[in-house]
Amino acid sequence: MHRTGDLYGQFQTLEQQKETAALGMWIFLVTEVLFFGGLFLTYTINRSAYSTAFGIGSNTLDIKLGAGNTVVLIMSSLTMAMAVWSAQVGKKKLVGVFLIATLGLGTVFLGVKGVEYKQKFDHHLIPGRNFDMKYHPTHPMPGDDPKELALEKKEVEEAFAHDPDINAHGQLYFSLYFGMTGLHALHMIIGAGLLVWLIKGSFAGRFTPQYNTPVEVVGLYWHFVDIVWIFLFPLLYLIDRHR
Amino acid sequence: MSDTPNPLPGRQMPHEDYLNASYGIRSWLLTTDHKRIALLYLGSVTFFFFIGGIFATLIRIHLLTPSGALVTPETYNKLFTMHGVAMIFFFLIPSIPAVLGNFLLPLMIGAKDLAFPRINLLSWYLYIIGGCFALYSFSTGGLDTGWTFYTPLSSVYSNSAVTPAVIGIFINGFSSILTGLNFIVTIHTMRAPGMTWFRLPLFAWAQYATSIIFILGTPVIAITLLLVGLERMFHLGFFNPAMGGDPILFQHLFWFYSHPAVYIMVLPAMGVISEIIPTFARRSIFGYSFIAGSSIAIAVIGFLVWAHHMFVTGESTYAALTFSFLSYLVAIPSAVKVFNWTSTLYKGSISWDAPMLYALGFIGLFTIGGLTGLFLACLGLDIHIHDTYFVVAHFHYIMVGGAVMGYVGGLHYWWPKITGKLYPEALSRIAAITLFVGFNLTFFPQFILGYLGMPRRYHSYPPEFQVLNVLSTAGASILALGYLLPMAYLTWSMRYGKVAGQNPWPATGLEWKTDSPPPTENFHVTPEVTWEPYDFKNRPDLGLAAGAPLPAPAHGDD
Repeated sequence: MHRTGDLYGQFQTLEQQKETAALGMWIFLVTEVLFFGGLFLTYTINRSAYSTAFGIGSNTLDIKLGAGNTVVLIMSSLTMAMAVWSAQVGKKKLVGVFLIATLGLGTVFLGVKGVEYKQKFDHHLIPGRNFDMKYHPTHPMPGDDPKELALEKKEVEEAFAHDPDINAHGQLYFSLYFGMTGLHALHMIIGAGLLVWLIKGSFAGRFTPQYNTPVEVVGLYWHFVDIVWIFLFPLLYLIDRHR
Repeated sequence: MSDTPNPLPGRQMPHEDYLNASYGIRSWLLTTDHKRIALLYLGSVTFFFFIGGIFATLIRIHLLTPSGALVTPETYNKLFTMHGVAMIFFFLIPSIPAVLGNFLLPLMIGAKDLAFPRINLLSWYLYIIGGCFALYSFSTGGLDTGWTFYTPLSSVYSNSAVTPAVIGIFINGFSSILTGLNFIVTIHTMRAPGMTWFRLPLFAWAQYATSIIFILGTPVIAITLLLVGLERMFHLGFFNPAMGGDPILFQHLFWFYSHPAVYIMVLPAMGVISEIIPTFARRSIFGYSFIAGSSIAIAVIGFLVWAHHMFVTGESTYAALTFSFLSYLVAIPSAVKVFNWTSTLYKGSISWDAPMLYALGFIGLFTIGGLTGLFLACLGLDIHIHDTYFVVAHFHYIMVGGAVMGYVGGLHYWWPKITGKLYPEALSRIAAITLFVGFNLTFFPQFILGYLGMPRRYHSYPPEFQVLNVLSTAGASILALGYLLPMAYLTWSMRYGKVAGQNPWPATGLEWKTDSPPPTENFHVTPEVTWEPYDFKNRPDLGLAAGAPLPAPAHGDD
């Protein structure tokens, strides 16, 4: 289908085109909910079966980095919303500015996630042959808080006394941790790619009050990915913080 | 075109249509025309049908003798697994939606194309990439887990090429999702003026219901198989009891998609039947809104019955009772359809054209398949016939007797629209009857075998089952002839068939109001719909009026 200006050939009007694109994205997001849903179900079943191991696994996560990342991601949703608004009211320069801010915040998030993954690698918490929940409490790293570490050690020892298979069940937690955050990060990377494409378009002045469908649709996607994190953060980081 | 001089004086210039609008391999591989993409799918699903068919042939030859005539037990496991994977994921699921749905949906609702033509092309490429992974798996060690990929066999113990197969099905899943998404959005936003929801053809309703399953079910199988793949590659334990995981969870997730997937296969076929029956009974469909609504009801209830595949896994009795009850409930909308089709035939002016023979065959075979499904949904009886040939016969009655009959019938019905040519009628009637006879001879003995206790997926059997197995294999050879015949004469008709004209049957749908084959933009002017669906009395534009003699269907060998 050839296109005339911004209107693709299969459509009669720009409104129809916009409505179609937005509906398409919403339906795609429904699909995504079910895609993540399988993981959330696997998480729920295993957490109810092995709540001790999941609690210990959760407590090894760095809550400061996790919470900071949550703020970063919510900020990026704000800048994304601002980019959509700027496109709708025709502030062409601002569109690019807000999109770049969104991309920047998204990159910060991914960077922090990388730091966290590295930490888990150093602590022998990657599922596999060398996985050992006892490793970190007995092998302090530079910069560790001795009080925190002592607490972690006590917790792990108690858990092992109760359940000698805690390493197996802890691996389930970390498999899900990496699976869920990894899939989320993959969505962030795809989102970052889409943002780069939008930024190029915004510098070419493509987005106007009449035609801003791409910004709006990518915005929907970006907000969705943020919402997934809003569920992941408490499920992975906060489940056993009440002690 | 009109102002270019005719290079062949004395000969009529053919009108421009989607087939001759452009030439060359690029114009096909980079096309965004839904009609051309439908033909790309037609070629590729036929290829996979052959692959799956070869496996089926080998299975049936092997089972000619009680000890197994052909292959080792290990190879036999691979044969039935690869037969299932090729047929279900790469033939049945895409067949009607991606071929007929793709071709017809925009034509039926008066649109120039689907809502997202480029995503439509992407779907086909994802299908091809997924298919290549599956073929890679088949040819480098095969696959022996059963098409169900039950863990921990698939994730730990199997020595066959599970990982590429799982990746292939994962990728192919996104092809389904994008097709479903495209169809739903198209039906919502691309309808021509006057094409209200309750003027939509029932085929479009069926595609809508199927698409709901595509978008809600497929992502779940995608993530589940992704987890199986990760488990296999990195030795994780999601579904491995030795590592604390839960294999029953895998079964729940698997069937949450794979049961509704049965409706992905049969709902579009029901849509085809709802189009064929009024045309060849020359009578408005009986109970339009009930047929439309029952499609949606099947899609919705179909999501609530999955654990009836797991009655013998030790799930709680109350869960089993609930799932049994819900499974019975699906019978209601299915029966609504059968009764409405039958009522449409009542006092109709029936002609026995090939598509009609397929449709009537569908009604009978689907009814048998559906009723035996109720046997299986019954808690007590299921313990006896679980994992026997009774199950195999039951789902082949739904998938082959239902879905494939609908697909082949639909291909015949719309062949004149797709190619602009008529196929030879006498031959096609013989083929339809051959298919019906061959099918029943293949699969009816399997009901008896299963009831007598022959388990499925075994490479050998006690000698007393031989007669029925030989009957089944004999039927399979007739069935194969029933498939090869249409393939031969439909291909023949593309070149030598008589020109069909816009509306050879005649039928009342919008797709019959444009040229055969249709132009690239489907309609020369955007149509406006002012008539009710399936009205054979008030359509002067088609020569159909109350009291006027009904035009006879045009045939390729008249």
